[in-house]
Amino acid sequence: MKRSLGRSPERSPFSPGFWRSPLRGPWLTSVLGMVLLGGITVLFVTGLLSYAAYNPDLAPVNDKTPDKGILGFYLFSWPTDPHWLYRLNQGVHVTLGLTLIPVLLAKLWSVVPRLFTLPPARSVAHALERLSLLLLVGGALFEFVTGVFNVQLNYVFPGSFYPLHFYGAWVFFAAFLVHTALKLPTALRNLRQIREEKNDLVPVNPAEPTVSRRGALWFVGGGSALLFATSVGQNSDSLRFTALLAPHGPADPGDGPNGFQINKTAARAGIRPADTDDEAWRLVVVGRGGTVRLSRAELLAMEQHSAALPIACVEGWSTSDQWWRGVRLRDLAALVGYDDPDTVPDVFVESLQQSGAFRRAALRANQVADPRSLLALGVNGEDLSPDHGYPARIIVPAAPGVLNTKWVAKLTFGDL
Amino acid sequence: MRPRIPTLPLGSPLQILLLACSFALAGYAGVRLLDGDWFEIALWFVGAAVLHDVVLLPLYAAADRALGRAAGRHVMYVRVPAALSALLLLVWFPLITGQVADRYRSVTALSPDGFLARWLLITAVLFGGSALLFVLRLRRAAKERPPTVH
Repeated sequence: MKRSLGRSPERSPFSPGFWRSPLRGPWLTSVLGMVLLGGITVLFVTGLLSYAAYNPDLAPVNDKTPDKGILGFYLFSWPTDPHWLYRLNQGVHVTLGLTLIPVLLAKLWSVVPRLFTLPPARSVAHALERLSLLLLVGGALFEFVTGVFNVQLNYVFPGSFYPLHFYGAWVFFAAFLVHTALKLPTALRNLRQIREEKNDLVPVNPAEPTVSRRGALWFVGGGSALLFATSVGQNSDSLRFTALLAPHGPADPGDGPNGFQINKTAARAGIRPADTDDEAWRLVVVGRGGTVRLSRAELLAMEQHSAALPIACVEGWSTSDQWWRGVRLRDLAALVGYDDPDTVPDVFVESLQQSGAFRRAALRANQVADPRSLLALGVNGEDLSPDHGYPARIIVPAAPGVLNTKWVAKLTFGDL
Repeated sequence: MRPRIPTLPLGSPLQILLLACSFALAGYAGVRLLDGDWFEIALWFVGAAVLHDVVLLPLYAAADRALGRAAGRHVMYVRVPAALSALLLLVWFPLITGQVADRYRSVTALSPDGFLARWLLITAVLFGGSALLFVLRLRRAAKERPPTVH
């Protein structure tokens, strides 16, 4: 071990000799920064798309951040094609987020000496930049921690996940944009340079290297690869066994036609068997043409249609396509006065669920009109199980899982 | 005589302008973020940065230094599996420690019991693989080294 000439080792992190890792320097920080620039941009865009997928501007029940103001400037009608759109979006958002954790930690490690620079501010601009870095680092960690906790159902954060993660993302992104604007030219220059320039990250008194910078990058990449390999499988029924540590791996909740992943069980949702048996349950359908009440047998007597569609959750897990069978939503609309297929309205869906953030949800006209959008009565050749929404559930192509309402009690067609 | 108050130079006006833009957007989102238990939310936001910079990072750096002293030039064979295992624990500790087990079971109908076992098995594979690599490299080095050297 190399000792500095006769001096005792530097004890204060504010002294330049304290930070001794020979790995630190502009090249490593720039490489990690470029990876995060690309990766976090994808996280931000997929996050915004996920919000749009809820159709929050359609009805207040779909919007967990109604005070968004201009932050909802980009919202658009969420399409139903391709039918795996939300599955892909959320799989990328969550799996990429997990994969970037080692890169984020390494990036923060590579610049930590700058936290202890003296004087704390060289100029007004420098002081403001350091304040912005608090939003950048705090924001990044806040977003990663709330996301990682939410997918594990670890609801310890102070409030509802949706506003925390959505507004937190915008605070973070504001700092991320200005950080990119200020640092990207330097990072690109650092990467182009063959001989490394000196900067304040290069230790003045480096320790003996135990690994090369390229070795350190392989190390970070190995961490990312491990997190990726043990979680990506929760997005496919055939690869689920590889998702060793992901919340919806490595097993399915049962065998048989209904043995695929469940977002919320009937017991958890407070569904009582007495409310769903054939005597008690009636589907109430309301529209401009009046109100119709249908038993399950009457629904089964209507024209039955099939659709192969996945369940895809905001938490970043999904099932492969399941084979759903039931009544088209647009056929139900036709029962209550909307029989022109070109003017299918929106629908407001209510569940038997007594509580839960999405026991009521709204679907837009384009979703109702899609011939694959069903009030499903069965799946994979069998009746729905209680946990998958018996007696009847909504299934809509490309929609987030929570908009595929289970244990449906009432459908109100009409423009929302 | 009044003490001189040191004045801070302004710095780049363009940089100040860009940062002002960023703060305005962050402020717009920030008042919405803090609409609730503002103190606790702010604590989580700032606390995440502080906890990382003054607790987590010094802890793993100290652990790594201790490892380096103990393992010498073979440190990578211990550092890599230990760090990868710690990374998995850091990300999945709510499931691995079982602290969300009851909610997990009742919400998903899945068993919460396998996470600790699977994390331990992955850890065993990581350390086992590293040990195997270490032995193979030692043997190859012994073979390649001419006997006259020692």
